[in-house]
Amino acid sequence: FYLTPPQVNSILKANEYSFKVPEFDGKNVSSVLGFDSNQLPANAPIEDRRSAATCLQTRGMLLGVFDGHAGCACAQAVSERLFYYIAVSLLPHETLLEIENAVESGRALLPILQWHKHPNDYFSKEASKLYFNSLRTYWQELIDLNSGETTDVKEALINAFKRLDNDISLEAQVGDPNSFLNYLVLRVAFSGATACVAHVDGVDLHVANTGDSRAMLGVQEEDGSWSAVNLSYDHNAQNEHEVERVKMEHPKSEEKSLVKQDRLLGLLMPFRAFGDVKFKWSIELQKRVVESGPDQLNDNEYTKFIPPNYHTPPYLTAEPEVIYHKLRPQDKFLVLATDGLWETMHRQDVARIVGEYLTGVHHQQPIAVGGYKVTLGQMHGLLTERRARISSVFEDQNAATHLIRHAVGNNEFGTVDHERLSKMLSLPEELARMYRDDITIIVVQFNSHVI
Amino acid sequence: ASGRMFLRLLSDVRWRAANPRWRRLTCSQRSTSSTAEPQQVPLPAQAQVVICGGGIVGTSVAYHLSKMGWKDIVLLEQGRLAAGTTRFCAGIVSTARQVSIELKMADYSNKLYQQLEQETGVKTGYVKTGSVSLAQTQDRLISLKRVASSLNVMGIPCEILTPKQVAQLHPLINIHDLVGAMYVPEDAVVSSASVSLALATAASRNGVQVHERTSVSHVTVQKGRVTGVETDRGRIGCQYFVNCAGQWAYELGHSGEEPVNIPLHACEHFYLLTHPLKEPLASNLPTIVDPDGRIYIRNWQGGILSGGFEKNPKPLFTEGRNQLEIQNLQEDWDHFEPLLSALLRRMPDLEALQIMQLVNCPESFTPDMRCVMGESPTVRGYFVLAGMNSAGISYGGGAGKYLAEWMVNGYPSENVWPLDLKRFGSLQSSRTFLRHRVMEVMPLMCDLKVPRWDFQTGRQLRTSPLYDRLDAQGARWMEKHGFERVKYFVPPGKDLLDLDQSKTFYKPDWFDIVGSEVKCCKEAVCVIDMSSFTKFEISSTGDQALESLQYLFSNDLDVPVGHVVHTGMLNEKGGYENDCSIARLSKRSFFMISPTDQQVHCWAWLKSRLPDDSNLTLEDVTWKYTALNLIGPRAVDLLSELSYAPMTAEHFPSLFCKEMSVGYANGIRVMSITHTGEPGFVLYIPIEYALHVYNEVMNMGQKYGIRNAGYYALRSLRIEKFFAFWGQDLDAFTTPMECGREFQVKLDKGMQFVGQEALLEQKQNGVYKRFTMFILEDHDTDMDLWPWWGEPIFRNGRYVGKTTSSAYSYTLERHVCLGFVHHFDEKTGEELVVTTDFINQGEYEIDIAGQRFQAKAKLYPFSSLFTQRRRKDEVELSGYQRE
Repeated sequence: FYLTPPQVNSILKANEYSFKVPEFDGKNVSSVLGFDSNQLPANAPIEDRRSAATCLQTRGMLLGVFDGHAGCACAQAVSERLFYYIAVSLLPHETLLEIENAVESGRALLPILQWHKHPNDYFSKEASKLYFNSLRTYWQELIDLNSGETTDVKEALINAFKRLDNDISLEAQVGDPNSFLNYLVLRVAFSGATACVAHVDGVDLHVANTGDSRAMLGVQEEDGSWSAVNLSYDHNAQNEHEVERVKMEHPKSEEKSLVKQDRLLGLLMPFRAFGDVKFKWSIELQKRVVESGPDQLNDNEYTKFIPPNYHTPPYLTAEPEVIYHKLRPQDKFLVLATDGLWETMHRQDVARIVGEYLTGVHHQQPIAVGGYKVTLGQMHGLLTERRARISSVFEDQNAATHLIRHAVGNNEFGTVDHERLSKMLSLPEELARMYRDDITIIVVQFNSHVI
Repeated sequence: ASGRMFLRLLSDVRWRAANPRWRRLTCSQRSTSSTAEPQQVPLPAQAQVVICGGGIVGTSVAYHLSKMGWKDIVLLEQGRLAAGTTRFCAGIVSTARQVSIELKMADYSNKLYQQLEQETGVKTGYVKTGSVSLAQTQDRLISLKRVASSLNVMGIPCEILTPKQVAQLHPLINIHDLVGAMYVPEDAVVSSASVSLALATAASRNGVQVHERTSVSHVTVQKGRVTGVETDRGRIGCQYFVNCAGQWAYELGHSGEEPVNIPLHACEHFYLLTHPLKEPLASNLPTIVDPDGRIYIRNWQGGILSGGFEKNPKPLFTEGRNQLEIQNLQEDWDHFEPLLSALLRRMPDLEALQIMQLVNCPESFTPDMRCVMGESPTVRGYFVLAGMNSAGISYGGGAGKYLAEWMVNGYPSENVWPLDLKRFGSLQSSRTFLRHRVMEVMPLMCDLKVPRWDFQTGRQLRTSPLYDRLDAQGARWMEKHGFERVKYFVPPGKDLLDLDQSKTFYKPDWFDIVGSEVKCCKEAVCVIDMSSFTKFEISSTGDQALESLQYLFSNDLDVPVGHVVHTGMLNEKGGYENDCSIARLSKRSFFMISPTDQQVHCWAWLKSRLPDDSNLTLEDVTWKYTALNLIGPRAVDLLSELSYAPMTAEHFPSLFCKEMSVGYANGIRVMSITHTGEPGFVLYIPIEYALHVYNEVMNMGQKYGIRNAGYYALRSLRIEKFFAFWGQDLDAFTTPMECGREFQVKLDKGMQFVGQEALLEQKQNGVYKRFTMFILEDHDTDMDLWPWWGEPIFRNGRYVGKTTSSAYSYTLERHVCLGFVHHFDEKTGEELVVTTDFINQGEYEIDIAGQRFQAKAKLYPFSSLFTQRRRKDEVELSGYQRE
């Protein structure tokens, strides 16, 4: 059986979200025009997460995709928490003091982030107090440390990633009297997530990446064609430097067992990740926490299982690699996506498809009357048809949706094949994961008029 | 191929021109093939005037200057004459204009072009076709009726039509969605390039030298005066330079060492040309303007020419010039689609008509939709005429005439302040600002223009330090000269309509809000942030400041220290160049407050007239002070409590100025004026104290019932008190005698002052117009159209003048209009002296969009209705904010 085009669309569009930075109000002539994002699940429930927010106490916008494994708990926690850690790391000393004083005296807090969320992007209500306390401890330490130096974005990103991972680990070790929360923090710590986060402030673009999601810049060449520039390195077995790094961090005796079948300790695809305490804690600690933990944890074979050749933990880190890029007028957009996209599409194709989509009358040559005999009626018909093609329900209002349509539906000629799209989307849950991975995409469009 | 054909059509017209002087220089170059460059006539070393730009504007200036007797003129064109926007523009001469001066320019242009062919022998393609402006909505029809009223009293024939009548005027038009239309039978079409060539031909016969293929690189300036121009073919020394460079005017203005800010920006503009219909359209078929469809349609060579002003314009050349002549830019059919749809909806039978070409012709637009004319405030002898907002043909003739008069006589024969370059300053010259603003302005060409609309782009540039505080309290903002000013405060919990829905010609949604602010001004105390006013300080080591000011201002400024004087800054004809309040701070220093948009004009006026004396200093201190206006009967109590000083009339009389402390802050200049006729004070506060003083005022004011108020309340107050505003009611052609301000003129102050002779003469002979206040009698505020300004005034059924401003008076519960009454001889139309009796003995009506309302005329405000105890000589009789 086949899905009809409207059915296909409703599946593809279920999670799409667009945000446009308000233009023309005189206030905010931002270097970011806005962004489109979308997710297509393969796992049930989906293990990918995404976040986007505007920093309110400093300038800039944060966008990130998070690919979870061994469940979605870690990806969910990181998607809720990481941007707060980054924002706090970027805050000047006075603002930190102001916030701390407000909390101390019970006054209203300065808002730190303005979130741009799809209705399906939820925050955990139960854990908010716990998360807040950890965050507060972090800023209190920042206040005490007051270096007096201005905050470097790169450093802030690295600190935030490491600190959050550390907090995830500590929270699981300490536990919580509330049994629901206790189970939650353990699930967060025992599952894992990669993160690829962009911070855009004017022409300054930083990408912090941990794991195998990817950031790619879409560049329009002088002749109008599109090319791709990588703004992150994959942390996996295909990255020689990464393999080298892991080997450097452990004794030579482990060299053979460190990377097996392109996986860390033969188990884990990404070489860096949040959570995954099974690759970070000592065996004793893991055993102690699991044994004292709730029954559900004890019954879970995965959590009890200790990776083979586990001699000198930690084997895994959440420390990101940060790449700085100064935006140029030809840099038109940024794509952040989990590996689900990059497995199916080459970055060059991604650049072209998004580029042509964003330039409006995509893949439509401008019309020139030239020497032909054309009547007003014919021209009008042609133009309304072109317009309809752009705005019809069969087309996408969202660059990320458009990209997913291509990623899932492309045939060997690089064009969307409805039959294939329909098949891929109607796979039963248990089969879907074999043919495709969760896909999460954010497309950030830059404002060339400002850059 | 069709593109080239179009160009050929135009050049055929061009070269049919009657043998002008410059023709032999360039005619051999008309083929694009590589014929050898002929020898160019060398440039003169010296000329009185150099005009840059050979489009409709430049040639019109040359034509009029040479007609007025100036002969030593050189016109330089970088490419070929009429080869820029002029060549490509649609050639519609339309007099249907909102602003009176624009209407006059268009009317003059029409009459000029009509006889131009006869005068010069050059075919201009002039055909009197008439024009029909369509209304798809009732609001649009109101807007057209307002224009029709203006046209009629100017003597330009014009009528409002029903849709059926429209159908009779044009065979192709679809009328099913129309509610009415306006017909102007004398509007015309021309071949714009030919008109420009005809003007050049006539100018050339009058001795103007025309040099094509000569580009100006920059203008040289010495001691603030133009000395010459540098071109790619050498230097020409000159006394006057006229920048008519169209869309390149901005850049040319910035190319010299002394930049001249000419705020304009180009946008792409598209129109369509078709092949002739099977049965070619008659050449006298009226031009159709369909503003709701955003299009215009004229007949063209048996086919049609149709273009429009889309909602999403494409600005270009923001980074500056990147081509010489405007070659045909890219056609963009997808961009044109909405306009094409509107065209086919209006004329469905055109479907089968064959397309010839889509022309892309950049037009330059200005920040306020009006053209830019006049002398640079910084470089003397540097004149500008540019930024025609796609009406270059309609305005070109008239604008050229006014600029020529300006150069030859020192000032044009009409008030051109709405077009004066000096209404702008450097603050409107940012490329980003211009780019954003013109994207708003171009669609506005077709948008409905309702009273009190504000630009939405290029905002929040200049703000008071209290901006955020006021904004948080519900302030709604308008902008003047880049400065954000409060219109009114929306009370918490109350919400107004969206911007689009609030557009109305009737009672606006803020009516009750402003009413309560006015009530508070009358009964308690209100605070209005009036920081936008222009503030100058003039001081000297000796008596130079006093002596200069006594000469430049009509009132007597030799008053005791601490007194405030309302006075006009008049020109030789006694007209108001500025209307201001001057406080004598000490024997040798004065503090001068003028309207916001006087910052550039007044500065230039004073700079050029004050003696060049290092002991005399003029300083612009606008940015140094925040001004808070405390209006209302309790302002006295509030201020004495804040300052521990008695503020009653015995201690602090009206029109008094004193530095004192308010709260903790010292050095606050307190003046007992409010610009409204209500009791109160304006506090001039050094900006760093602004927040403190505001907080003190608001805290202490609680018990007196203080609230924030905005300019709409202020306007209502000043208009019901019959206060005239400079720029709105007063202009360079209005004297104090004509607006009942003789008491602000001291003819016998013991020394000469500018305008004295003219005023003396008026005093003896009487005035020819009189500023009058009208109270609308049978006008229903809830149901009837509201007056705005520019409404015709009728006396005993005959037209006598126009209103200049209006407001609803919450005290009188009536609308009040202010305006000028003239006395035209019934037979000859000659202007006669206007006497008090003439004013008092008439029956008046005000025409609002064709509907006449009875009005009672008054020459003095209703002082009895306003129950304040003030001595007659203390009555403050001036206000000067503009809306």
